[in-house]
Amino acid sequence: MSEWFQSLGVLRRMGYDDAKEVSERRKVIVLISMFVTLFLATAVAMVMGSYKTSIADVYLTLLAHFTPFYEVSNISNLHNTIIWDIRFPRIILNICVGIALAIAGAVYQGVFRNPLVEPYILGASSGAAFGAALGIVFPAIFPSIQISAFIFGSIAVAVAYMLARVQGETPVVTLILAGVIIGSIFSAFVSILKYIATDTALREIVFWLMGGFYYATWDDIITIGPVVLISFFVLWGLGWKLNILSMGDEEARGLGVNPEKYRFIVISLATLVTAFAVSLVGIIAWVGLMMPHAARMILGPDNRFVIPSAAMMGAIYLIVCDTLARTLTTSEIPVGIITSILGAPYVCYLLRQKGRVIFG
Amino acid sequence: MIKMLKVRNIHFNYGSTPVLRDISFDVDEGTLCGLFGPNGSGKTTLFKCCLKFLKAHKGSVRMNSTDVSGLRIEDMAKLVSYVPQEHKPPFPYLVREIVLMGRTPHLGGFFGVSRKDKKIALDALEMVGISELADRSYNQLSGGQRQLVLMARAIAQETPLIFLDEPTSALDFSNQIKIWKVMQTIVEDGVTILACSHDPNHVAWFCDKVVVMNENGIAAEGQPSDVISEKTLGKIYADICSVRTVDGVRMVMPKWVIEKNYGYIGNSVPEAGTVAGDGGNL
Repeated sequence: MSEWFQSLGVLRRMGYDDAKEVSERRKVIVLISMFVTLFLATAVAMVMGSYKTSIADVYLTLLAHFTPFYEVSNISNLHNTIIWDIRFPRIILNICVGIALAIAGAVYQGVFRNPLVEPYILGASSGAAFGAALGIVFPAIFPSIQISAFIFGSIAVAVAYMLARVQGETPVVTLILAGVIIGSIFSAFVSILKYIATDTALREIVFWLMGGFYYATWDDIITIGPVVLISFFVLWGLGWKLNILSMGDEEARGLGVNPEKYRFIVISLATLVTAFAVSLVGIIAWVGLMMPHAARMILGPDNRFVIPSAAMMGAIYLIVCDTLARTLTTSEIPVGIITSILGAPYVCYLLRQKGRVIFG
Repeated sequence: MIKMLKVRNIHFNYGSTPVLRDISFDVDEGTLCGLFGPNGSGKTTLFKCCLKFLKAHKGSVRMNSTDVSGLRIEDMAKLVSYVPQEHKPPFPYLVREIVLMGRTPHLGGFFGVSRKDKKIALDALEMVGISELADRSYNQLSGGQRQLVLMARAIAQETPLIFLDEPTSALDFSNQIKIWKVMQTIVEDGVTILACSHDPNHVAWFCDKVVVMNENGIAAEGQPSDVISEKTLGKIYADICSVRTVDGVRMVMPKWVIEKNYGYIGNSVPEAGTVAGDGGNL
């Protein structure tokens, strides 16, 4: 603490505005405490479940798998299966998807200059839903629901982007309109598939659309983990450029940021992580819309701070919701229901209390 | 005197409607140049062509002896900064964050902003006289304050040339004067300014040079005392203006106001012919 005050004195002598330096320091402290919270949430979620495990079991199991000091054979098979094969990958997947949706939401809101935009605005969710429904209804032609969801999710966004591109430029309004058009076309296609599906397939489609982490495996983590990690760091690094982009195209040019180039980069990365997330766990509402808002409320609109804090809050939020989803009742509740039920009142609160600051 | 801005033979059409036809003019280093003309004369279009927001169909623009057509956006931003009309961004950035955005062309690294950049941003705020607003939310300021913040951002960008798009058009009288004064301060530091305006009095009072535009291109160019005359204004405003000199200051007034006032105050106002252009007192 003393060192902290001392450095303030130095700053004052150097002629810096103290308040400013402290506020940035405070932001870093908030980020660190979010990281600690994320760690604690992970630990709590590891213990919770229909089969009770102690934190010591969790610790020993992870120790055995991560370090050479403890042998996996020392742990009971049951613990190993529950903790290492079922719970841990599921929680890691919570974290990955939470980060993916939250940073995609922050980026989309920034480039589209609209705080009410969510990651699905360009049609990623409808495309993925169509792909998944195809996989469910025609398993012979589309053997993997996930791959087909990913492909169609990406196709939807790519088509929307190309549709909006006129003479080498992609105006924001055109882009959003194109996303709405493509989204509604794919939703119509999903309806067709629902209409012709058998009862079992229909049930499966509806379940998929509500989103869930039921089948999380290590393979999923290997698929989505690196993509989310790389995209997160690249987008974080582009945080300042994203601030500039949110001022509008002409100002961005005036400030030396090529709007077309950077818009393409950040939208591509945000769409990539969204498509991965949707194809693995279905459509999970609210996270992408809400977390960037919460981050802005706490740390202000500078995207260098919004992106990491939104990512961590997204991860925490999904861990909480998914833990509730698998522990509240004896059977599982689709997590999309919980994120919406918990999320809607929060946005109502935002709108009533902070509406003028956040939205105006 | 170095020519900081050299515009040569610019042509531009919106679709098949020609907006700019063969526009050429120069601005010397360290001058405050006003780009004056009525609505729809193509001021803003010319502006955007110079800044490469729009692509001119013909012609060339040289800034500081560099042809800008081949410049990257990143390099262009080190040469010229752009001050838009004040507006509200969708997110409530703080004033110092907005001003810091002006440092973008000079930033490097992962997190970018250094101590020095922050210092330059604060100095820029001080120069326009609004240091006390640094920690306020930009969206909650008044229009005049927001315009000053955007000017501070251009100063922080440290370019030899600054373009301002109608900086005073949405502001009240005292803020208009303040903005022009700040522009004069900037010019004293050797920076060159090109500012759009549709107020003939402002360009006559504050600018070192005026370029007058109408639908047919450049109507006149030169010192304000030569250019802001009844002859030029008659060309662009179809004979509605009268130019008088009050205490040595040139004033542009609507003709009918003067005619109306003769009816009320009769002899106390000298005849129009004797006042125009010389030092008669009203």
